[in-house]
Amino acid sequence: MTDAVLDRVPRRRVRISRKALPYLLSLPALLACIGILIPFFTAVAYSLQRYRLSQPWARKWNWGENYLNFLSDPSFWNTLQVSMTYAFLTVGIELLLGLGIALLLQRRTRFNNFVSIMLLMPLMTAPALASLMWKLMTNPGFGILSYFATLIGIEDFRWASDPSTAMLTVVLVDVWVYTPFIMILLLAGLRSLPRQPFEAAALDGVPRLFVFWRITLPMLTPFLLTATLFRMIESIQQFDIIYAMTQGGPGDKLTVFQVEAYLNFFQSTNVGRSAALLMILWVITYLLSNIFVKNWLRLREKQRGAI
Amino acid sequence: MYEKQKDLISAWQRGQLSRRGLIRGLAALGVTGATAGTLFNMMQTQALAADFDWKKHSGKGIKLLLNKHPYTDAMIANLDNFKALTGMDVSYDVFPEDVYFDKVTAALSSRSSEYDAFMTGAYMTWTYGPAGWIVDHNEWIQDSSKTNPGYNWTDMLEGVRKSCAWNGRPGGELGSDDAKQWCIPWGYEQNNLAYNAGMMEKAGAAVPTNMDEMIEAAARAQAGNDGIYGIGVRGSRSWATIHPGFLSAYANMGEIDLNVSDDGKLSAAMNTAGSKAFHAKWVKMIQDSGAADWSTHTWYQVGTDLGAGKSAMIYDADILGYFMNGGDNAMAGKLAYAPFAASGNGAPTPNIWIWSLAMSKFSKDLDATWYFMQWASGPEHGLFGAAEMDFVNPVRQSVWDDADFRARLSGSYPGYVEMHDVSAPGASIKFTAQPLFFDVTTEWAATLQKMVAKEVPVDEGLDQLAASIDRQLKDAGLG
Repeated sequence: MTDAVLDRVPRRRVRISRKALPYLLSLPALLACIGILIPFFTAVAYSLQRYRLSQPWARKWNWGENYLNFLSDPSFWNTLQVSMTYAFLTVGIELLLGLGIALLLQRRTRFNNFVSIMLLMPLMTAPALASLMWKLMTNPGFGILSYFATLIGIEDFRWASDPSTAMLTVVLVDVWVYTPFIMILLLAGLRSLPRQPFEAAALDGVPRLFVFWRITLPMLTPFLLTATLFRMIESIQQFDIIYAMTQGGPGDKLTVFQVEAYLNFFQSTNVGRSAALLMILWVITYLLSNIFVKNWLRLREKQRGAI
Repeated sequence: MYEKQKDLISAWQRGQLSRRGLIRGLAALGVTGATAGTLFNMMQTQALAADFDWKKHSGKGIKLLLNKHPYTDAMIANLDNFKALTGMDVSYDVFPEDVYFDKVTAALSSRSSEYDAFMTGAYMTWTYGPAGWIVDHNEWIQDSSKTNPGYNWTDMLEGVRKSCAWNGRPGGELGSDDAKQWCIPWGYEQNNLAYNAGMMEKAGAAVPTNMDEMIEAAARAQAGNDGIYGIGVRGSRSWATIHPGFLSAYANMGEIDLNVSDDGKLSAAMNTAGSKAFHAKWVKMIQDSGAADWSTHTWYQVGTDLGAGKSAMIYDADILGYFMNGGDNAMAGKLAYAPFAASGNGAPTPNIWIWSLAMSKFSKDLDATWYFMQWASGPEHGLFGAAEMDFVNPVRQSVWDDADFRARLSGSYPGYVEMHDVSAPGASIKFTAQPLFFDVTTEWAATLQKMVAKEVPVDEGLDQLAASIDRQLKDAGLG
């Protein structure tokens, strides 16, 4: 088609009214929402039913019975306790380590940049693969970590196979995989902090520890909160590391929400109980997120006020 | 095909020549083993086609959902013959076992018509059957217009065949007259002993013939060899820990998982005095002579440890002992087999795992799918798989009776055939068929883990387990 012909073709302009424009612009988000909301409300409906795939004739609405049963179910309380312990331990340790490493790498040098990139490697590993790797490394027969344990005089250390050390082992894997995430987030935060307060403190000869507690930490808090929020949400929903390493055992030591819900659905085909467990998990995640986001907003307002 | 080769194979089919004679004859004609196998199958295909309209569904296609397994490999290796025989097309998806059953549950529960047939275990059909996801295969087996005359259903080992049939009533006897044939047996595993003869000899440990001897032999083998453990059994927090050696020994001691009352109600039977005594022995055996990381051991670790020379014996699926005695395994050729009756009285009564085939109720063409099912579970493919591939254990008596197959097994795996023959009459599923099978067995495994870790005494642990199982059965309307 020549340019002359193109010139003769009338250009069609689609007119969009000002009223419709906001709806049109938010349509993709609405569609994405529908994709999320349909399964969500389906799960809500399932959680209010007595629904086992292996007993379709017994399927009926039991409304809140699945939830009420949790109150007297010791395995549910164990799941809640294990999930919370896992989440707080992993996030706590990762925050401490991540902050420590970020502080060490704060200065922009070639070496620090190289190390920070290297430290990101575990984050590139799929958690399930990392678990298998750790499973081999902690094998009491030939695992390298078991060998190191014997070198320092710890004989017959059974890692994830022993109820007393199972939690420690999976927490270690989680820390290995996810500490770099916190480290990189805090490192970015540290490097973006204004330099004046630190320079002023240096001129005044303020001790380093004081600077850390009174200047660095308060200014870094929004970053800490963000990192904690992301990790807390992910940790409380942990599945792959624990399932790949122990399937929730030994005994009921590691039956976190996701593992319990997965086994309930795929093995026991108890759809109702599985959905109710996931709903409780959603409520916990929602509450935690709210607390963190509110605090984050409050802190931001405070900082703006200070400026 | 050369006429001389054809004649030889035809002579074998008429029974005028043994299978060994056939292979020797073909070799004399310069035909390699692989080519001989192909020729042999082609001729069998022609023979099959003689008295049944195998082309009835020609041009149609079916899709299979398969688990990565030597049985699958054997079927795929022979699939061209099925295609040639029927004119049908077969496509398939193969998944590793870790995710396989999740895939099956997802496909069936969503009522997907993507797959026409799939591999399953008999235990799974206790969920799939009542859920209405699979068909009663009796409808096809008993219809002579749909099943070829050579299929010979009763050739299937009785205990295996019946274990795949259930009337759907919780606690109902497997293989009862009113039972539905939820799946078709394909290959199966007995649970017996496979041991490292050299390690046992070095330690002066005799092959055990009852539970006490097994505990003693495991301890002795462990003490007499450096850097190994005495006995490999499964220990992960899964139903799969309960069904192999553990339940085989438990059942042989006369213990049961669940009581079934006259009115059909179920209740836990794990906390009887006999059961507690058995559990105490089993737990002690693992504590004294089991793997240090027993609580994470699946069939894979149990098998590979034996193959790598890290354990002296296993009480698990016999085919693990078969596979670990060959290939690149460090202990290849050094393993031996023994049937095992935990009570020491009478013959072994192993619980069994049956890899089976089942047709999805949502298949678009069940009749066409049945053509594949009867071919894949038929005597010809069974013999091909057993003789040419690693399709052990076959589920057909005719294959076990095949002299060449027995000679091959006995030559490479001494004692394997004898172990099978002694155990086969008592081999069947020993669980009570009911829809909460996975809940019961997973919790049982978790309790076993707690007892081995000394978190709870055996008596108390079993009482807690029984109370929990009873509560769940009641909640589900079964107790």
